[in-house]
Amino acid sequence: MHAGSVIDMSEAGVRDRTKEAFQELVLAELPALYSLARRLVRDGAEDLVQEALLQAFRAFGTLKEDAAAGRWLKTILVNVFRDQLRKRSRTVDERPMGDLSDFSLYRTLVDEDPFPYSDTLHADFLRVFDSEDLREVLIRLPDIYRVPLVLRYIDGFATKEIARLMEAPLGTTLARLHRGRRLFEREMWAYAQEAGLLTKES
Amino acid sequence: MTDTKAIPCSEAVGQLWDYLDHAISPEDQEKVEKHLSFCRTCCGELEFAKEMRAFLATSSAEEIPSHVKERLERFMEGL
Repeated sequence: MHAGSVIDMSEAGVRDRTKEAFQELVLAELPALYSLARRLVRDGAEDLVQEALLQAFRAFGTLKEDAAAGRWLKTILVNVFRDQLRKRSRTVDERPMGDLSDFSLYRTLVDEDPFPYSDTLHADFLRVFDSEDLREVLIRLPDIYRVPLVLRYIDGFATKEIARLMEAPLGTTLARLHRGRRLFEREMWAYAQEAGLLTKES
Repeated sequence: MTDTKAIPCSEAVGQLWDYLDHAISPEDQEKVEKHLSFCRTCCGELEFAKEMRAFLATSSAEEIPSHVKERLERFMEGL
Protein backbone atom coordinates (compact mmCIF):
# COMPACT_ATOMS: atom_id res chain seq x y z
CA MET A 1 0.00 0.00 0.00
CA HIS A 2 1.49 3.35 -0.96
CA ALA A 3 1.59 6.36 1.30
CA GLY A 4 -1.25 8.60 0.24
CA SER A 5 -0.79 12.32 0.48
CA VAL A 6 -3.30 13.43 -2.11
CA ILE A 7 -5.30 16.38 -0.91
CA ASP A 8 -8.43 16.91 -2.93
CA MET A 9 -10.95 19.29 -1.45
CA SER A 10 -12.90 19.71 -4.65
CA GLU A 11 -14.98 16.55 -4.23
CA ALA A 12 -18.11 16.67 -2.12
CA GLY A 13 -17.74 15.08 1.29
CA VAL A 14 -13.98 15.22 1.24
CA ARG A 15 -12.17 17.45 3.68
CA ASP A 16 -8.45 17.72 4.06
CA ARG A 17 -6.25 14.70 4.62
CA THR A 18 -4.34 15.85 7.67
CA LYS A 19 -3.56 13.85 10.77
CA GLU A 20 -6.22 15.79 12.65
CA ALA A 21 -8.85 14.98 10.03
CA PHE A 22 -7.79 11.32 10.20
CA GLN A 23 -8.09 11.25 13.98
CA GLU A 24 -11.49 12.87 13.87
CA LEU A 25 -12.81 10.39 11.30
CA VAL A 26 -11.33 7.35 13.02
CA LEU A 27 -12.50 8.25 16.51
CA ALA A 28 -16.14 7.70 15.62
CA GLU A 29 -15.30 4.34 14.05
CA LEU A 30 -13.11 2.96 16.83
CA PRO A 31 -15.83 0.96 18.68
CA ALA A 32 -16.94 -0.81 15.48
CA LEU A 33 -13.35 -1.39 14.41
CA TYR A 34 -12.31 -2.78 17.78
CA SER A 35 -15.43 -4.96 17.95
CA LEU A 36 -14.64 -6.42 14.53
CA ALA A 37 -11.03 -7.08 15.58
CA ARG A 38 -12.21 -8.88 18.72
CA ARG A 39 -14.37 -11.17 16.63
CA LEU A 40 -11.53 -11.95 14.28
CA VAL A 41 -8.84 -12.73 16.87
CA ARG A 42 -8.94 -14.23 20.33
CA ASP A 43 -5.96 -12.18 21.52
CA GLY A 44 -4.29 -9.10 20.12
CA ALA A 45 -7.33 -7.12 18.94
CA GLU A 46 -5.68 -3.84 19.97
CA ASP A 47 -2.56 -4.64 17.97
CA LEU A 48 -4.66 -5.54 14.97
CA VAL A 49 -6.54 -2.24 15.15
CA GLN A 50 -3.28 -0.35 15.62
CA GLU A 51 -1.69 -1.93 12.54
CA ALA A 52 -4.87 -1.21 10.56
CA LEU A 53 -4.78 2.45 11.67
CA LEU A 54 -1.16 2.74 10.58
CA GLN A 55 -1.93 1.36 7.14
CA ALA A 56 -5.10 3.44 6.89
CA PHE A 57 -3.20 6.64 7.69
CA ARG A 58 -0.62 5.85 5.02
CA ALA A 59 -3.43 5.35 2.53
CA PHE A 60 -5.63 8.20 3.80
CA GLY A 61 -5.40 9.99 0.47
CA THR A 62 -7.18 7.12 -1.26
CA LEU A 63 -10.34 7.53 0.83
CA LYS A 64 -12.83 9.01 -1.61
CA GLU A 65 -15.58 10.11 0.76
CA ASP A 66 -15.56 10.70 4.49
CA ALA A 67 -18.92 8.92 4.74
CA ALA A 68 -17.25 5.71 3.55
CA ALA A 69 -14.62 5.82 6.30
CA GLY A 70 -16.20 3.05 8.40
CA ARG A 71 -16.28 0.47 5.63
CA TRP A 72 -12.87 1.61 4.34
CA LEU A 73 -11.26 1.12 7.76
CA LYS A 74 -12.89 -2.29 8.26
CA THR A 75 -11.67 -3.41 4.84
CA ILE A 76 -8.11 -2.40 5.74
CA LEU A 77 -8.40 -4.20 9.07
CA VAL A 78 -9.59 -7.40 7.34
CA ASN A 79 -6.68 -7.15 4.88
CA VAL A 80 -4.21 -6.84 7.76
CA PHE A 81 -5.85 -9.78 9.51
CA ARG A 82 -5.72 -11.91 6.34
CA ASP A 83 -2.03 -11.16 5.85
CA GLN A 84 -1.29 -12.06 9.49
CA LEU A 85 -3.26 -15.27 9.10
CA ARG A 86 -1.27 -16.20 6.03
CA LYS A 87 2.04 -15.58 7.77
CA ARG A 88 0.98 -17.60 10.78
CA SER A 89 -0.16 -20.65 8.93
CA ARG A 90 0.44 -21.77 5.37
CA THR A 91 -2.32 -24.34 5.54
CA VAL A 92 -6.01 -23.58 5.84
CA ASP A 93 -7.53 -24.91 9.05
CA GLU A 94 -10.02 -27.39 7.64
CA ARG A 95 -10.22 -29.53 10.78
CA PRO A 96 -13.34 -31.65 10.85
CA MET A 97 -16.11 -30.25 13.02
CA GLY A 98 -18.28 -33.34 13.06
CA ASP A 99 -21.40 -34.09 11.10
CA LEU A 100 -23.58 -31.02 10.96
CA SER A 101 -26.06 -32.13 8.37
CA ASP A 102 -28.77 -33.04 10.84
CA PHE A 103 -28.34 -30.28 13.40
CA SER A 104 -31.06 -27.64 13.61
CA LEU A 105 -30.97 -25.16 16.49
CA TYR A 106 -34.62 -24.35 15.83
CA ARG A 107 -35.67 -27.99 16.26
CA THR A 108 -33.26 -28.55 19.17
CA LEU A 109 -34.92 -25.68 21.06
CA VAL A 110 -38.39 -27.08 20.34
CA ASP A 111 -37.32 -30.56 21.46
CA GLU A 112 -35.33 -29.53 24.54
CA ASP A 113 -37.68 -26.67 25.49
CA PRO A 114 -35.23 -24.84 27.79
CA PHE A 115 -37.82 -22.20 28.77
CA PRO A 116 -41.05 -24.15 29.34
CA TYR A 117 -43.10 -21.09 30.23
CA SER A 118 -42.03 -19.06 27.24
CA ASP A 119 -44.30 -18.22 24.31
CA THR A 120 -41.31 -16.87 22.43
CA LEU A 121 -38.82 -19.68 22.96
CA HIS A 122 -36.48 -18.94 20.07
CA ALA A 123 -36.31 -15.20 20.64
CA ASP A 124 -35.73 -15.81 24.37
CA PHE A 125 -32.85 -18.12 23.57
CA LEU A 126 -31.14 -15.35 21.58
CA ARG A 127 -31.81 -12.84 24.34
CA VAL A 128 -29.70 -14.77 26.89
CA PHE A 129 -26.57 -14.09 24.80
CA ASP A 130 -24.81 -10.84 25.58
CA SER A 131 -22.02 -9.54 23.34
CA GLU A 132 -19.33 -11.42 25.29
CA ASP A 133 -21.25 -14.69 24.97
CA LEU A 134 -21.64 -14.11 21.25
CA ARG A 135 -17.93 -13.46 20.92
CA GLU A 136 -17.09 -16.63 22.84
CA VAL A 137 -19.19 -18.69 20.45
CA LEU A 138 -17.69 -17.04 17.39
CA ILE A 139 -14.13 -17.39 18.58
CA ARG A 140 -14.62 -21.17 18.95
CA LEU A 141 -15.15 -21.49 15.21
CA PRO A 142 -12.20 -22.10 12.87
CA ASP A 143 -11.09 -18.93 11.04
CA ILE A 144 -12.34 -20.12 7.66
CA TYR A 145 -15.90 -20.30 8.97
CA ARG A 146 -15.83 -17.48 11.50
CA VAL A 147 -14.48 -14.75 9.23
CA PRO A 148 -17.11 -14.99 6.47
CA LEU A 149 -19.87 -15.30 9.07
CA VAL A 150 -18.75 -12.20 10.98
CA LEU A 151 -18.21 -10.13 7.86
CA ARG A 152 -21.48 -11.15 6.20
CA TYR A 153 -23.97 -11.15 9.04
CA ILE A 154 -22.52 -8.82 11.67
CA ASP A 155 -20.63 -6.29 9.58
CA GLY A 156 -22.80 -6.48 6.45
CA PHE A 157 -20.19 -7.17 3.77
CA ALA A 158 -21.49 -8.68 0.52
CA THR A 159 -20.48 -12.29 -0.13
CA LYS A 160 -18.53 -11.28 -3.26
CA GLU A 161 -16.59 -8.71 -1.25
CA ILE A 162 -15.76 -11.34 1.39
CA ALA A 163 -14.51 -13.71 -1.31
CA ARG A 164 -12.29 -10.93 -2.68
CA LEU A 165 -11.00 -9.91 0.76
CA MET A 166 -10.20 -13.49 1.79
CA GLU A 167 -8.88 -14.32 -1.70
CA ALA A 168 -11.13 -17.36 -1.95
CA PRO A 169 -13.41 -18.36 -4.84
CA LEU A 170 -17.05 -17.27 -4.48
CA GLY A 171 -18.28 -20.87 -4.41
CA THR A 172 -15.86 -21.72 -1.61
CA THR A 173 -16.96 -18.65 0.34
CA LEU A 174 -20.63 -19.58 -0.04
CA ALA A 175 -19.90 -23.15 1.10
CA ARG A 176 -17.98 -21.86 4.13
CA LEU A 177 -20.83 -19.50 5.01
CA HIS A 178 -23.27 -22.37 4.76
CA ARG A 179 -21.21 -24.67 6.97
CA GLY A 180 -20.27 -21.79 9.27
CA ARG A 181 -23.92 -21.02 10.02
CA ARG A 182 -24.63 -24.61 11.00
CA LEU A 183 -21.48 -24.75 13.08
CA PHE A 184 -22.30 -21.44 14.74
CA GLU A 185 -25.78 -22.63 15.73
CA ARG A 186 -24.42 -25.89 17.11
CA GLU A 187 -21.80 -24.00 19.14
CA MET A 188 -24.45 -21.57 20.40
CA TRP A 189 -26.42 -24.47 21.81
CA ALA A 190 -23.33 -26.12 23.32
CA TYR A 191 -22.11 -22.83 24.81
CA ALA A 192 -25.52 -21.94 26.27
CA GLN A 193 -25.52 -25.22 28.15
CA GLU A 194 -21.89 -25.04 29.28
CA ALA A 195 -22.12 -21.41 30.43
CA GLY A 196 -25.38 -22.00 32.29
CA LEU A 197 -27.27 -19.46 30.16
CA LEU A 198 -30.36 -21.64 30.03
CA THR A 199 -30.83 -21.90 33.76
CA LYS A 200 -31.04 -18.13 34.26
CA GLU A 201 -34.52 -17.90 32.75
CA SER A 202 -36.03 -21.16 33.91
CA MET B 1 -40.51 -25.50 -17.82
CA THR B 2 -39.63 -24.82 -14.19
CA ASP B 3 -39.10 -27.88 -12.04
CA THR B 4 -41.08 -27.20 -8.88
CA LYS B 5 -40.91 -30.74 -7.59
CA ALA B 6 -41.35 -30.77 -3.81
CA ILE B 7 -38.11 -30.67 -1.83
CA PRO B 8 -37.59 -32.29 1.59
CA CYS B 9 -37.26 -30.23 4.80
CA SER B 10 -33.50 -30.83 4.98
CA GLU B 11 -33.03 -29.23 1.57
CA ALA B 12 -35.40 -26.33 2.29
CA VAL B 13 -33.76 -25.57 5.67
CA GLY B 14 -30.31 -25.78 4.12
CA GLN B 15 -31.26 -23.00 1.71
CA LEU B 16 -33.16 -20.63 4.01
CA TRP B 17 -30.35 -18.14 4.68
CA ASP B 18 -29.39 -18.09 1.01
CA TYR B 19 -33.07 -17.64 0.24
CA LEU B 20 -33.19 -14.61 2.55
CA ASP B 21 -29.98 -13.35 0.92
CA HIS B 22 -31.54 -13.78 -2.55
CA ALA B 23 -28.48 -15.88 -3.28
CA ILE B 24 -30.23 -18.85 -4.88
CA SER B 25 -31.58 -19.30 -8.38
CA PRO B 26 -35.19 -18.31 -9.15
CA GLU B 27 -35.93 -22.02 -9.61
CA ASP B 28 -34.60 -22.89 -6.13
CA GLN B 29 -36.39 -19.84 -4.71
CA GLU B 30 -39.63 -21.20 -6.11
CA LYS B 31 -38.95 -24.65 -4.64
CA VAL B 32 -38.26 -23.19 -1.19
CA GLU B 33 -41.44 -21.09 -1.36
CA LYS B 34 -43.49 -24.08 -2.44
CA HIS B 35 -42.11 -26.08 0.46
CA LEU B 36 -42.83 -23.23 2.91
CA SER B 37 -46.40 -23.04 1.65
CA PHE B 38 -47.21 -26.40 3.24
CA CYS B 39 -44.53 -26.96 5.93
CA ARG B 40 -45.18 -25.26 9.27
CA THR B 41 -41.91 -26.45 10.82
CA CYS B 42 -39.85 -24.88 8.04
CA CYS B 43 -41.86 -21.65 8.36
CA GLY B 44 -40.72 -21.68 12.01
CA GLU B 45 -37.16 -22.27 10.82
CA LEU B 46 -37.51 -19.29 8.47
CA GLU B 47 -38.76 -17.01 11.26
CA PHE B 48 -35.89 -18.12 13.49
CA ALA B 49 -33.39 -17.49 10.68
CA LYS B 50 -34.75 -13.93 10.44
CA GLU B 51 -34.47 -13.46 14.21
CA MET B 52 -30.93 -14.82 14.21
CA ARG B 53 -29.88 -12.50 11.40
CA ALA B 54 -31.41 -9.51 13.19
CA PHE B 55 -29.60 -10.57 16.39
CA LEU B 56 -26.26 -10.71 14.57
CA ALA B 57 -26.83 -7.49 12.62
CA THR B 58 -27.45 -5.53 15.81
CA SER B 59 -24.27 -6.81 17.46
CA SER B 60 -21.76 -4.91 15.34
CA ALA B 61 -20.36 -2.27 17.71
CA GLU B 62 -19.63 -2.87 21.36
CA GLU B 63 -18.27 -0.26 23.70
CA ILE B 64 -14.55 0.18 23.59
CA PRO B 65 -12.80 0.00 26.99
CA SER B 66 -11.35 3.37 27.98
CA HIS B 67 -7.78 2.08 28.35
CA VAL B 68 -7.89 0.66 24.80
CA LYS B 69 -9.35 3.88 23.44
CA GLU B 70 -6.65 5.91 25.17
CA ARG B 71 -3.89 3.66 23.82
CA LEU B 72 -5.21 3.96 20.26
CA GLU B 73 -5.63 7.73 20.58
CA ARG B 74 -2.03 8.01 21.78
CA PHE B 75 -0.96 5.89 18.83
CA MET B 76 -2.77 8.18 16.39
CA GLU B 77 -1.24 11.21 18.05
CA GLY B 78 2.19 9.76 17.24
CA LEU B 79 1.47 9.07 13.58
